[in-house]
Amino acid sequence: MFRYMPVSAMIGLTLTGLYFLAAIFAPLIAPYGMAQVVGDVWEPSSREHLLGTDNIGRDLLTRMIYGGRTTIFIATMATILSFVTGSILGFLAAVLGGWADQVLSRMVDLLMAIPSLILALVVLAVLPVTVTTLIVVMGLLDATRVFRLARAVAVDINVMDYVEAAKLRGEGRGWIIFREILPNALSPLVAELGLRFIFMVLFISTLSFLGLGVQPPLADWGGIVKENKDGIIYGIGAALYPAIAIATLAISVNLVADWVLNRTTSLKGGRG
Amino acid sequence: MTEPLLRVRGLKIGATVYPPGEKPRDIEIVHGVDFDLERGKVLGLIGESGAGKSTIGLASMAYGRGGVRITGGEVWVNGRDILKAGLRDIRRLRGGEVTYVSQSAAASFNPAKPIMEQVTEAAISQGKFTRREAEKRAIGLFRKLGLPDPDNIGRRYPHQVSGGQLQRCMTALALCPEPDLVVFDEPTTALDVTTQIDVLAAIKEAIHDTGVAALYITHDLAVVAQVSDDIMVLKMGNMVEYGPTDQIINAPREEYTRALVSVRQIEHPEKLHRQASPVLSCENITARYKGTKFDVLKDVSVQLYPGQTLAVVGESGSGKSTLARVITGLLPPSGGRIVFSGRELTPDLKSRPKEDLRELQMIYQMADVAMNPRQTVGTIIGRPLEFYFGLKGEAKQRRIQELLDEIELGKGFQDRYPAELSGGQKQRVCIARALAAKPKLIICDEVTSALDPLVADGILKLLLNLQKIEDVAYLFITHDLATVRAIADSIAVMYQGRFVRYGTKTEVLSPPFDDYTDLLLSSVPEMKLGWLEQVLATRKMESAGN
Repeated sequence: MFRYMPVSAMIGLTLTGLYFLAAIFAPLIAPYGMAQVVGDVWEPSSREHLLGTDNIGRDLLTRMIYGGRTTIFIATMATILSFVTGSILGFLAAVLGGWADQVLSRMVDLLMAIPSLILALVVLAVLPVTVTTLIVVMGLLDATRVFRLARAVAVDINVMDYVEAAKLRGEGRGWIIFREILPNALSPLVAELGLRFIFMVLFISTLSFLGLGVQPPLADWGGIVKENKDGIIYGIGAALYPAIAIATLAISVNLVADWVLNRTTSLKGGRG
Repeated sequence: MTEPLLRVRGLKIGATVYPPGEKPRDIEIVHGVDFDLERGKVLGLIGESGAGKSTIGLASMAYGRGGVRITGGEVWVNGRDILKAGLRDIRRLRGGEVTYVSQSAAASFNPAKPIMEQVTEAAISQGKFTRREAEKRAIGLFRKLGLPDPDNIGRRYPHQVSGGQLQRCMTALALCPEPDLVVFDEPTTALDVTTQIDVLAAIKEAIHDTGVAALYITHDLAVVAQVSDDIMVLKMGNMVEYGPTDQIINAPREEYTRALVSVRQIEHPEKLHRQASPVLSCENITARYKGTKFDVLKDVSVQLYPGQTLAVVGESGSGKSTLARVITGLLPPSGGRIVFSGRELTPDLKSRPKEDLRELQMIYQMADVAMNPRQTVGTIIGRPLEFYFGLKGEAKQRRIQELLDEIELGKGFQDRYPAELSGGQKQRVCIARALAAKPKLIICDEVTSALDPLVADGILKLLLNLQKIEDVAYLFITHDLATVRAIADSIAVMYQGRFVRYGTKTEVLSPPFDDYTDLLLSSVPEMKLGWLEQVLATRKMESAGN
């Protein structure tokens, strides 16, 4: 499956892979402890500290690696949550139709009418901020967008003759959703998965930057920007590293998602 | 000898295919075709889908559609090789010297512009006529093509005229710039038979009156025999036979041409039904779609006996498919009752017991959307076995293979996906899926309409054989009377939601006819020269007599 892979996808896959590996094996590859103060404030890069130190003298490379671990973990879990809830509810709305569809769709409209960042800030200001709450809040808010896509795709598939044939056979809803609709809705959903993951990374970074996301001393990329943003005035680039990390992760995941979309549509029996 | 208008020599056309996970590779789809077309003559290009007829037609305007390239040979139009011509010259050629009529006028007209603007566009932009002249010419063409209200029809938008009228508008569009050659690409295929004959007559007359040459592309030999002077038979991008229409129809030399000429002549003597109770009996069915105030079916009653075939014939919109939806329970009727093998069926699908669902199966028109593209043939056929009979493992595999043998596919198909099958094979798998449930009745909704004639013949023969083996009844919905003759035991002619004629095949197909059945029967193209003129003359006489 990796033959004739375009260069762009190769680059994307390599970078994404590197970020994920670094996240998984963070304790093994990080040179220092996550919250360990090892030097002066904002030391320039040296042999001991490749990216220098941060605003209270912690090794920035270490913070970046652990930060990536937190950011990627939260984003991944929230994406999974949003896809599972969003697509199941979306398929259900499409298959049931009628008032069930109306209730679900209008509820989603209501949620989408409120800017999700503001809604998240309000909810997080009330609830205790833990990693679990963050994942649940982000996942559920984002599920509205997945719901819309899943419902739209499923409505199209639901009127195909093969779904009608399954209904005439007397199949239950479970079979229709998971065996007839899901396999055919997968390729647009997979492409959306990459995109939603990136939004999650941006979302958690924004929340942390605003102080309602990951709480110190746990590191995450948004938090590192926040902690080091004052350094920019003095010409210290510590805040730029997490920004670059977010940008490159976003681009590389998108490159992979593009490639996956292209491949799945031309798969055996793919729907052109 | 004068130079022919169009001369094609050694035309080769290629395309690039992108198999998943492999390197893209080039294939050749037309392997060197030669022909000439004199001014004012009509050449019919005929073949099954994939024969390369449309591709050749478009090559005569130096055009290749979507990834198709002309890779070799010469195409001479008006004394120059247009494959070597510059872009400026090509622009003068397309829409000026050569024009094109596509299969689906509805998809080709811009819905946001009035018809007149589109009909005159090429003539004006080519600088052949001023707007005033072009519009006058267009009105003349509308009149010649028998369109109603020719002076004003141009002001209408494409959705405001019927399918047959729009197809004639497209012919006017093609003829308006006074071209030397018109390429007709299946212009009547998407139309009902009763409309097809009018459009065909209009096209033929317009070609005759304007003295334009034409390439007429179709898969229906009976149609092309009515309009063309010469016919070229194509198969898989190769020329099979090329000669005058008379010779091709009456004395074909090649085996393949003979097969095409003798297609749709399956002899099927009508079976008398044993005096058993009917397997299906519809009594006074009336139905309408949700949210409408119009009855699509009005008081329809029909009986079907075990092992028999009832054909429901009618044009599009007559309510044939709605009848199928009512019987299957997809559309609960607003009145009447359905009795199926002695039990009264509940109106809606959800409340029907599994046994009723099993005994009543359906086969669809478009086999490729009737099968889940992500399931293998084994899963598709195996599911009803598992669902209705609880078959598993070895027993299921064996039964799947039995069914595959019954539909004449044999080994090696279980693991294939629908996309890896040909059109005829797909339809066979759908038949196997229906048979897997051991049904008493199969509803066949236009099952052969999307297939090439030879393939359709194969499917019909298979269905007839299976009926003998399994003693299953068919409710056969079709608009094609040749299919009806081949398969039916009794016939119901449907028009505007009612049965206008209903009885055994011999009764329905022998005179005296009612007006609609007469129109329908006489509109089916016959494989002989001069049929079109004959029918039109008879109709003229009849209407004069009235």
